[in-house]
Amino acid sequence: MTSNWQNYYTPGTVAAALDILQRHEGRARVIGGGTDLLVESRRGLRRPLEAIVDATRIEGLDSISAEDDYLVIGCGVTHTTIVNDPQILRYGQCLAQSCGVIGGPQVRNTGTLAGNVAHALPAGDGTIGLLALGGEVEVASAAGTRWMPAKDTFEGPGRSIIDRHREILTRLRFKRTAANEGSAFHRVMRPQGLCLPIISMATRLKMDGDIITAAGISMGPVGPVPWFAEPAAEILVGGPASEEQFNTAANVALENISLRTSKYRATAEYRETMIRTYLPIILATAARRAGARS
Amino acid sequence: MSRLQMIVNGTPVDIEVDESRYLSDVLRDDLRLTGTKIGCAEAECGICTVLVEGTPVVSCVYPAFKAQGRHVETIEGLEQDGRLHALQQAFLDHGAVQCGICTPGLIMTAKGLLDRKTAANEAVNEADIRAALKDSYCRCTGYQSVINAILQASGQDVPPYLPETRAPETEVGKPRPNPNALAKIRGTARFTDDYHFPGMLFARTKRAHCPHARIVAIDVAAARELDGVRAVLTHEDVPGRNAHGVVSIDWPVLCGRKVRYAGDAVAIVAADTAEIAATALDLIAVEYEEIPAVTDPIAALQPDAPQVHEERPDGNLLKHIKVGKGDIEAGFAAADVVVDLTYRTPTTEHLFLEPECSIGIPAGYNPSRFGGVCDALASRGETAQHDKTTIYVGSQIPYADRDQAAATLGVKPDDVRVVATLMGGGFGGKEDITGQIHAALLAEATQQPVKMLYSRQESLLVHPKRHATIIRMRTGATSDGKLTAVEATLYGDGGAYASLSEKVLTRATTHASGPYDVPNVRVDCFATYTNNVPAGAFRGFGVTQSCFAAESNMDILAGKLGLDPVEFRRRNALDVGSTTVTGQVMRESVGLLECIDKVDTDMRHGDFRWTWDEGHKRLAWGLAVGYKNTGLGGGAPDKATAEVEAWQDPDKGLVAEVRISSAEMGQGLPGVLSACAAEELGVPADNVTVLLGDTDVCPDGGPTTASRQTFVSGNAARHAARDVARKLADAPGTRVVARHEYWAPATQPLGTGGDMHVAFSFVAQAALCEIDMRTGEVQVRRIVAAHDVGRAINPLTLEGQIEGGIVMCIGYALTEHYIQEDGKPWTNVMARYKTPSITHAPPITSHIVEHELSTGPFGAKGMGELPSIVTAPAITNAIYNATGVRVRSLPVDQDTLLHAINAGATEVELGWGDRESIPTIEFGGEH
Repeated sequence: MTSNWQNYYTPGTVAAALDILQRHEGRARVIGGGTDLLVESRRGLRRPLEAIVDATRIEGLDSISAEDDYLVIGCGVTHTTIVNDPQILRYGQCLAQSCGVIGGPQVRNTGTLAGNVAHALPAGDGTIGLLALGGEVEVASAAGTRWMPAKDTFEGPGRSIIDRHREILTRLRFKRTAANEGSAFHRVMRPQGLCLPIISMATRLKMDGDIITAAGISMGPVGPVPWFAEPAAEILVGGPASEEQFNTAANVALENISLRTSKYRATAEYRETMIRTYLPIILATAARRAGARS
Repeated sequence: MSRLQMIVNGTPVDIEVDESRYLSDVLRDDLRLTGTKIGCAEAECGICTVLVEGTPVVSCVYPAFKAQGRHVETIEGLEQDGRLHALQQAFLDHGAVQCGICTPGLIMTAKGLLDRKTAANEAVNEADIRAALKDSYCRCTGYQSVINAILQASGQDVPPYLPETRAPETEVGKPRPNPNALAKIRGTARFTDDYHFPGMLFARTKRAHCPHARIVAIDVAAARELDGVRAVLTHEDVPGRNAHGVVSIDWPVLCGRKVRYAGDAVAIVAADTAEIAATALDLIAVEYEEIPAVTDPIAALQPDAPQVHEERPDGNLLKHIKVGKGDIEAGFAAADVVVDLTYRTPTTEHLFLEPECSIGIPAGYNPSRFGGVCDALASRGETAQHDKTTIYVGSQIPYADRDQAAATLGVKPDDVRVVATLMGGGFGGKEDITGQIHAALLAEATQQPVKMLYSRQESLLVHPKRHATIIRMRTGATSDGKLTAVEATLYGDGGAYASLSEKVLTRATTHASGPYDVPNVRVDCFATYTNNVPAGAFRGFGVTQSCFAAESNMDILAGKLGLDPVEFRRRNALDVGSTTVTGQVMRESVGLLECIDKVDTDMRHGDFRWTWDEGHKRLAWGLAVGYKNTGLGGGAPDKATAEVEAWQDPDKGLVAEVRISSAEMGQGLPGVLSACAAEELGVPADNVTVLLGDTDVCPDGGPTTASRQTFVSGNAARHAARDVARKLADAPGTRVVARHEYWAPATQPLGTGGDMHVAFSFVAQAALCEIDMRTGEVQVRRIVAAHDVGRAINPLTLEGQIEGGIVMCIGYALTEHYIQEDGKPWTNVMARYKTPSITHAPPITSHIVEHELSTGPFGAKGMGELPSIVTAPAITNAIYNATGVRVRSLPVDQDTLLHAINAGATEVELGWGDRESIPTIEFGGEH
């Protein structure tokens, strides 16, 4: 068993981090908390790397800040910080909820939202929370930096368009929920075996009186990548925040996905039942948080 | 190598280490801060938790260089100026320390919480603790004492939870922390992996990874050539007997002809580092010719089944165990109501949080030869000269380890010494040989100390588990609620080697009809060989399995009879004068009815209902009762020898040491023995130290199994102390030694009638469960328990056993299943095996019933397994009372349970992880 990496870098600037990546020509890799990579490395399941670039000590990227209409989260920000942040709790509640159920407390103390999104797992909880909020990510590479919708970064299970051997997911952001907006998240687990969600769902709703004027829904695992459930969200817009509408949204969601039975985790039927049960519940919660009367 | 600078426990550290190292390894290996333990190396168990800048992190997957320039706190830094930290003191006071392997992780996680709350000027509540410790696992305590200890440490007035017990004698009956708890909360307690002998090599084992195959060739040439490799051994290098086994000697030390399960050992390597040893494993080429595997205990008995041990005349039938009484046909003819159902229980894993570790020391080892210090006065440890081949190991049966290692080494038992180190949990899972013999072989081959440490993943693969069973049980009763007959057939999956299968499944058979007076009984049990992981001892020892079937049938019968399930049990409960299934007449110490009354009274307190709704949750109570034998029984010689030495200490007055080779795995044996001896000597228990498990110094206490140590070793220590007291009366002020060989009262083999066991302990438990009617999730909200233990020798550690046992059995009901697919474990990492966390642990109300046993030490009988038997059927009975769905397979699967609830079905046959429904089996039969 050879070492899993030779060098462990903790660069203080994005430029320095990119410089290291360039020097190692694709044989170095960026991590946040390294939640998944380090466990797999420790078990010898990873091909050795030349170097690890720990992105959690980059100056200015270890905090949450308000910029214009956005809340901006640096790539060094841990789940624990997000869960306890008063601004996230107020303006991005479903993200605080979703980051609060990742792993255990110790893992949340080191794991980052940037790592969760860049890892591109079909049911990354933090990712589901961010997607519903309409989150975006900033990617830095030798060619410069660019913002893009988080939903456009997923290529497949564990595959992101962000090349972590050459690029860094530097920041994440979403538009703060306004007074007439609310969000909510729910996850169903089982107490046995794999610590992976049976289903995670999140939503963001905007209300005008009792009418929904904008909606975002995300869920996973319902396919190879986290799903931004546009058809289900669209059906809600312009209609009332009613149980009937929410059930319709669940139906539409189910019409657009084909759920799988995953061994030792859940049957497709159970997943369907959970979506039918909980999507209306989180929609109602988000509507209530948005100030709807019913 | 690069320069790593950290502040560790307030002291600057500046060392050269590889950038690829993890923090836990740097702390343990480079800084020798071995208080930080490693349980899984998967970020699952949390026992390696340390604080970095005040924040709890799992150090096993924390890159050391991530801590560059940071403050790191470990358990060793908590004590200030000789004063224990409030958390350490509280863990001691509350008995929140058992085996101690997870204690540093629990305390450090809790410190992170307390420090954060203090900084925010907030009080700590129970919900905070449950949230913060969600991934800090403990397998011993059941967490209630941990929660109370943390509340106390936060400044709240929370006394230790102690059930009411009889007034103490002078020492016996007093609640006291386990004597070894102090070292455990300080982080100075040493488990095997915490020893670093000068000149020590590191060993690894080449595993089969296929369930059944003939070995065509083993080529170790390339491995032997690798730089840093000091020895590679195969079956050809075994000087003596190439087999071991606790009951039958059928398990190869190193396989030469064939492999019978995925964890079989084919070769062993010792090298300068564990990494080199691991690399060497990859260079060993083993050519196999695969044989079809048999992985089901019923299929194993079919005539055309692949044979696991071809040489056996009985084929795959390991043992057919029969118990009978009365006339079974007449019994059912007399019944007004009959229930006949088949149940299934899963293979489960002990998941002691300390993976197996053995260190072998060659005969004639002198540490000074490897640059170490040799202390002529040291009798054991890194500075001692070792005259004999010595094995350091945390084992439940030190003398058996010694004898088995000697047989393989080809030497006399006296030429081998086993030194018992602290054990980070056992629960029956450290009775069989794992690395002990391999470490000794490699030590002798290399003439250097050799450490054989298993990873968590290897531990999961290798050691024997709890038997999976299929149990068909037919129970009949008259309309006035008297049991008339019980008929049962059990199939137990013994796996590839005998281990303790025969004994475990005998216990499953003899306890199958429950703690009831049943006139007509017939039970057949087929213990089988398969190519699955071997099955052996696990707390409850077979009784946990058959109790699930028996107590499910009892509730169903009560329902059919229109009787209250508690009253139905009362009418049939064993009492003084009853006769057991095996024909044993109960003469004394049968506290079952009192246990039932205590639990029933508590459960029915106030506005009692069996079930009610709270929003989308439905709550319900369920109850189950059980019993468990004390001691080996069945005619097996059951003895323990203790030596007690007493002398005058200038400060303390009369002091004594009890020496006995019995195992402490966190259950609190040293406290029991010191109390028993102190009582006889008339000194405070603190004046009596206990030395366990050095086979050169401590006489044989026998195996630590069958809930026997309090009884046999307690009696041995008591009698030896009494002899010492007598001698001291004749010669006051002198140093005296006495040895007492205690023989438990004789028992009779199964089938011959008479006393099969010296005693039984009894239990009743009620579980209040909450079923989420939207998801099928089940949560235990509360447990009320009563245990008849004869006499509480140490109420604090006794309560710890009770709470821990109950939570372990909650795991059996709801979370645990070791899954194998065609002989290969799917459960190959800890992330795939969930034991109850603090979030699953309910508040427990505990009653102690003390129906004294005249032959027990101060009336005590065994109880280590008792709490871990009836909780599962209490839970499934509650689920039935809530939903009308009878769960016949464990662990409960929320997916199928919800489906059944929504479909209006009345039963669930599939447990979590089961791929097929429960098969149909016939009663009786010969194979």
